[in-house]
Amino acid sequence: MISIDIEKKLKVYQGQRLLKIAAEFPTGSIIKIHGPSGAGKTTFLKIIAGFIQPENGKIVADKVTWLDTSAKIILAPQKRKAGFVFQDYALFPNMTVQQHLEYATKDGAWIKRLLAIGKLETLITHKPEHLSGGQQQRLAILRALAIKPKLLLMDEPFSALDADMKTGLINDLRSFFKDQGTTVLIVSHNQQELEDLADRELIIDTNFHE
Amino acid sequence: MDLTPIWLTLKLAGITTVLLLIIGLPVAWWLSKGRSFIKVILEAIITMPLVLPPSVLGFYLLLAFSPEHGVGKWLQQAFNIQFVFSFQGLALASVIYSMPFMMGPIKSALQQLPVSLSQASYSLGKSKWQTFTKVLVPNIKPSLLTAIVLTFAHTLGEFGVVLMIGGNIPGVTRVASIAVYDSVEQMDYSTANAYSLILFSITFILVISVFIFNKYRLKSPLE
Repeated sequence: MISIDIEKKLKVYQGQRLLKIAAEFPTGSIIKIHGPSGAGKTTFLKIIAGFIQPENGKIVADKVTWLDTSAKIILAPQKRKAGFVFQDYALFPNMTVQQHLEYATKDGAWIKRLLAIGKLETLITHKPEHLSGGQQQRLAILRALAIKPKLLLMDEPFSALDADMKTGLINDLRSFFKDQGTTVLIVSHNQQELEDLADRELIIDTNFHE
Repeated sequence: MDLTPIWLTLKLAGITTVLLLIIGLPVAWWLSKGRSFIKVILEAIITMPLVLPPSVLGFYLLLAFSPEHGVGKWLQQAFNIQFVFSFQGLALASVIYSMPFMMGPIKSALQQLPVSLSQASYSLGKSKWQTFTKVLVPNIKPSLLTAIVLTFAHTLGEFGVVLMIGGNIPGVTRVASIAVYDSVEQMDYSTANAYSLILFSITFILVISVFIFNKYRLKSPLE
């Protein structure tokens, strides 16, 4: 179970707006997050991961307090180890596909399985600049999965994939999430995209309530 | 022709570059992250040698490290270290004088890296140091090379600061740029020409190497 109750002031064109979200997600649930551009979806994920600090809030994951502003508890992102798939992929230009996964885990068998899931086995010596957009996006997903996270945060993770690749990957991810009991929060613009995968929904709109 | 000034210059440039690399990387990293009043002040101090006349900097270093008073006196008495008219003094002055040439390209390159690279590394459980050494530094290689070469080449050509704090002691502080000046003063133009030609050639080879290396990265070596 992850429980989140945060408040963060967002800078917008007119001045400031308050991003206020209170929600609880059972372990193993898959939550689709959607809302208009600029509503604060990415900020919300980054607050959970520990990259951005809210003004007020509390985040408790599996009985471990990650954040409690009133008690001045801020767990570093390294300790939270929430898998994160970035919208811009955030791949390391100096590393090959294989090196990306080796940087995340030393488990060779797991790396092999991940490469098979992402269909990147033949591209292990390629650096990101020599991968297509879809291949880069798959690598970003595999890198986040490499640490076998208990919580996975995905920001528009399937936007660059073609329909066949997306269907295959989502099927593989579904069984992976079930095996690992991973709680997954997925930001997506495409509401239909995750209908088969997600079992819950969180709407972040510009009025900022669940 | 006495080659000692050339060797001394190369030694000074090498030591200065290594010291500045050790100091510059972590300081530039710290400066590249966010802004604060302290950082603004420190950046201004680091940038000062770019615009300050070298003789002014040399003059204040001469005063600061004079064994007659202040820090210089304390260093002399406590550690028997003398910075004025010594090679150590030249190295210290060069480190201060060449600092913006090392810091500038590194800081700028680190600032241009997307913040999501660090965040991705942290999310994998990697420490700040692991992130710095495995992700950030390898991805600023062209700028790092530019910083190293600019620092080395700039130290080769130092004159004002070196003359003020080091003087002109053969074999100790008489570097090539001073040897050129000395030779011209003595109307020995052929020796001045020989030293100048060597300095010119070394600098040209260094700079052209960076341009060739960075050409493949589609990046101006002076960025």
